[in-house]
Amino acid sequence: MQSNAAFEYDYSIAKLFTYTTILFGILGMIIGTLIAAQLAFPELNYMFGEYGTFSRLRPVHTTVVIFGFTLSGVFATFYYVAQRVLKVSMAESNLLMTVGKIHFWLYFVGALLATVSLVLGFSQGKEYAQYEWPIDIVIVIVWLLWGVSIFGLIGIRREKSLYISLWYYIACFIGIAMLYLFNNMAVPTALVSGYGNIMHSVSMYSGTNDALVQWWWGHNAVAFVFTVPIIAIIYYFLPKESGQAIYSYKLSLLSFWGLMFVYLWAGSHHLLYSPVPDWMQTMGSIFSIVLILPSWGSAINMLLTMKGEWNQLTDNPLIKFMVLASTFYMLSTLEGPIQAIKSVNAIAHFTDWIPGHVHDGTLGWVAFTIMAGIFHMTPRMFKREIYSKSLMETQFWLQTLAVVLYFTSMWIAGITQGMMWRAVDEYGNLMYSFIDTVTVLHPYYAIRALSGVLYLSGFLIFAYNIYKTITSSKRLTEEPQFKTPMA
Amino acid sequence: MFHWLEKNPFFFSVGVFIVIAFAGIIEILPNFAEASRPVKGLKPYTVLQLAGKEVYKKDNCLSCHSQMIRPFKSETDRYGQYSLSGEYAYDRPFLWGSKRTGPDLHRVGNYRTTDWHENHMWDPKSVVPDSIMPAYKHHFTNIADIETAYAEAVTVKTVFNTPYDVEGGTKLGTWEEAQKMALEEAKLVTADMKNKDVKDAVESGNIPEIVALIAYLNRLK
Repeated sequence: MQSNAAFEYDYSIAKLFTYTTILFGILGMIIGTLIAAQLAFPELNYMFGEYGTFSRLRPVHTTVVIFGFTLSGVFATFYYVAQRVLKVSMAESNLLMTVGKIHFWLYFVGALLATVSLVLGFSQGKEYAQYEWPIDIVIVIVWLLWGVSIFGLIGIRREKSLYISLWYYIACFIGIAMLYLFNNMAVPTALVSGYGNIMHSVSMYSGTNDALVQWWWGHNAVAFVFTVPIIAIIYYFLPKESGQAIYSYKLSLLSFWGLMFVYLWAGSHHLLYSPVPDWMQTMGSIFSIVLILPSWGSAINMLLTMKGEWNQLTDNPLIKFMVLASTFYMLSTLEGPIQAIKSVNAIAHFTDWIPGHVHDGTLGWVAFTIMAGIFHMTPRMFKREIYSKSLMETQFWLQTLAVVLYFTSMWIAGITQGMMWRAVDEYGNLMYSFIDTVTVLHPYYAIRALSGVLYLSGFLIFAYNIYKTITSSKRLTEEPQFKTPMA
Repeated sequence: MFHWLEKNPFFFSVGVFIVIAFAGIIEILPNFAEASRPVKGLKPYTVLQLAGKEVYKKDNCLSCHSQMIRPFKSETDRYGQYSLSGEYAYDRPFLWGSKRTGPDLHRVGNYRTTDWHENHMWDPKSVVPDSIMPAYKHHFTNIADIETAYAEAVTVKTVFNTPYDVEGGTKLGTWEEAQKMALEEAKLVTADMKNKDVKDAVESGNIPEIVALIAYLNRLK
């Protein structure tokens, strides 16, 4: 990649999405920390009446961090990266600028309405797909607008070959479009019957079919929101920050097409030992194991990109964020397949090991990568150096500690509970009543809540650092080529 | 070929779509018709039960409770017969859940009573001293949305042929009839309850959420 110094890009949309990444990040993590604390200290359920219970807030947490924080980060980096790898500016096309602006504002208003609708209790009752049908329609429009931006920019590109990051952004767009549409197929009841609440709908699928479609979506939302576009981000920012070329083009090819083909099969590993046909469960298990190959392919490609340049880890905290993110990606993509093995799943399923697994991926891999992307973009978008390197270091260690506390406590909690549920005495009777397996988890729930506080504090430091960078840091006269300047 | 694809975004995108759509077509489609067949004797939910299911969804009980018993001795000992596909035929959406912060509820109607649920929702610690579940006192004052539940029943009857108003099915009738039946069913529930305000509300024709929820939970067997 050559220097872009001679070319002016338009970052207005990327900036807007950067603000919402931080805003939804803070909101989602506050709610996450609160509900983690509620499990350890149930009195905290009663702070906001019926709107403040764990059960009502849990989907608010998951959807705000998925569709608020993560997607904002994906959009922010897209509007920054795409212009650069395609060698065109948004400002060259009035149409694309307008589409970009509508994309942002509709997304922002939609996301706020969606969040309020969940707090009020409008829910389809499907995990990570709770939004009722009017909200779904807004989401589809927002998604299509993003599609127009992607293919519009590609349409007027100067660089003919699509860089790796763009493969992954395109895959994210197509994958989520397909999965979201099929999983949210529902019939609005008021329109059919003429009675009742206009927001309410029933799923087009029933029972076991609904479960299959839901986990085909649920698992692959992880694929196409938490994996695919995050790889897009790191494939751009790691080489840009380190000045190193991607280690292997062939490895990135293999990993990309491998990931695309394999990931979708693995959804049924969420339904092991359920009434879903056995052969599907086995397919889900096997493909989950195969999934290690393309996942580790990408992660190894990242790590080897730093070959011979490991000294950068000591003097550039941004590189540290990305290398640790790649490492957590490896951990998480090994852990997932292990949990998808039937005998392990028999213990792990329904326990806290599952949220433990989710969070080493989301906190360690997704959020670290997005924050690194923002650290790299902000000085270039606002032409100011990073406000404080020492705050970055503090944030890094706080959050790393938080992730480690989170997954270790949840591993122990999950395996303890899974073992207790099945424990029998010498006569073959169950040894523990259910509540015994809840009270034993109290210390781990408390540790997890503490981990939430640490991670959230790190994120607030991040927000402050970015705010100071934008408003009062030293101005840059020209764009830094590789290493991001910081005070 | 890959270099060519990278220069031709349209064919690249088509390629990605085919590769990712493949698994869904092979895994999900073949079993679709069979998986939705009900077990013998399964009846669609009554309007009151549907209203209760709405409360279950609205307060998102599935955050912490599953409705899916796996075929292990430790689970059948604890919760009863393992779950069968056909038992869920009228569940739109399915409510299996993915986490057991609390116990499974698929057959909770077999071993908990109206009275137990009433105490438990008002104050979980009164029946399970170490419980970490929050109290749901607002279920005792919020009025259940019977009209939307009726709308749901009419919709699944019209669009998906769910057996309402047929031999061996569940009676639905007109909106006026459905209201009357829901109220009668609610009175059967409140007969076993002690909360005076709830009883009074039902007497005056309003059904609090707790009554609908208990009707739904009692049906889970």
